[in-house]
Amino acid sequence: MISVNRYKCGYCGACVSVCPVGAIELVETWIEISDDCTECGTCVNVCPVGAIEILE
Amino acid sequence: MKEEYDVIVVGSGPAGSITAKTIASHGLDVLMIEKRQEIGDPVRCAEGVAKLQLKRHIEPDTRWIAAEVKGSRIFAPDGTPVELSEDVSGAEVGYTLERKIFDRALANEAALAGVEVRVKTRATGVIIEDGYVRGITAMHIGEEREIRAKIVIGADGVESKIGRWAGIDTTLQPSELESGAQFLVTNIDISQDFCEFYLGNAIAPTGYLWVFPKGERSANIGLAIGGDACSKNRPIDLLRDFVETRYDDSRILEIVVGGVPTSGPLDEMVADGLMLVGDAARQSDPLTGGGIINAMDAGKIAGEVAVHAIEEGNVSKARLREYDTIWREKHGKRLKRSLAVKNRFVTMADDDLNKLAYSVKDVDFSTMDVFGLLVILVRRNPKMLWSLRKLF
Repeated sequence: MISVNRYKCGYCGACVSVCPVGAIELVETWIEISDDCTECGTCVNVCPVGAIEILE
Repeated sequence: MKEEYDVIVVGSGPAGSITAKTIASHGLDVLMIEKRQEIGDPVRCAEGVAKLQLKRHIEPDTRWIAAEVKGSRIFAPDGTPVELSEDVSGAEVGYTLERKIFDRALANEAALAGVEVRVKTRATGVIIEDGYVRGITAMHIGEEREIRAKIVIGADGVESKIGRWAGIDTTLQPSELESGAQFLVTNIDISQDFCEFYLGNAIAPTGYLWVFPKGERSANIGLAIGGDACSKNRPIDLLRDFVETRYDDSRILEIVVGGVPTSGPLDEMVADGLMLVGDAARQSDPLTGGGIINAMDAGKIAGEVAVHAIEEGNVSKARLREYDTIWREKHGKRLKRSLAVKNRFVTMADDDLNKLAYSVKDVDFSTMDVFGLLVILVRRNPKMLWSLRKLF
């Protein structure tokens, strides 16, 4: 399961740009990850603050 | 808000505002939307621009100029400095902007030129008919709307979706994104006359750290590194280490995060009924990460082409490509060069960077720009920079 710590997230949109399936949307001041997410982990890697995690 | 316009501009950053203003000043009906409730906030930028370049688009105003710098100092990993002064690195330094006010000033100019501006209005999709983009679906303060236009302009930044929805793949590889964090710090003592750049694997592996004065004992201190280097070193952690070590008495007034495209511009920036401008078109400089001027230049060109295309009743990809052609003629070669330099530099070890800095220690850069700096570096380090020899 993909989890976003919205207290760490600075809603910068970096994750959105690298998602291979376009599952992430930057909505005003938070991000939303759709069911299209394949948990590839690319967003997890690029986040400048490490706000995203894939939980087992 | 109406159901139809000549042009819809998605995004109210510099790219969006300049495009919108350009089109509206020819009398066309323009809607510019912004997903957030305010323009220019939060800042996702180091806020540095070249004086001369900026002046081509707008008269400098002290309300949004936080500081003026005379030059740059670049520090190799071992601390060897390379200094470029005003006449020289004019393309790289100049002003530190207050983008919260700057962006709004640009939007204000667009509004005064006739653009209808709607905030808290987010594009949720594009309307495609017969292969042409004919408008957008949007959420306007929580309400779903359909808005039609002859041309849709995607100026929606690094997180751009407009292009993707229209079939242009704008996805970045992690190595094509600089992931960054920045603090607005105060209570520090630095030279307010110079921008500083720090290189090195301990400070900013595959990227660089910057200190951009913002006046009155404050500065933007930030760093950005390749998206492919982040999982081992989170930018925010690297930044905290640097600031806590070197400016231990500093106070943090703002935390800024952002991603900058460093892929070089898209192969295709237009589609039938669609144009992409600014970071959405990946027009930021792959080496420096600077994107404001490229975005504003693109906005002006895209705006002019859009006006003519609409007047001629032809908004096909082939017609809109004139924007791509003109913009690329102006910026294409330079950005290709930046990309090649970036790709070489990210592979360099601290030792190599030290050697490069040392090789130009004796050079007087007061009559040379960064291009000149690179020419000399390549000439004095032919083996190390062999792959770049044809570019300089």
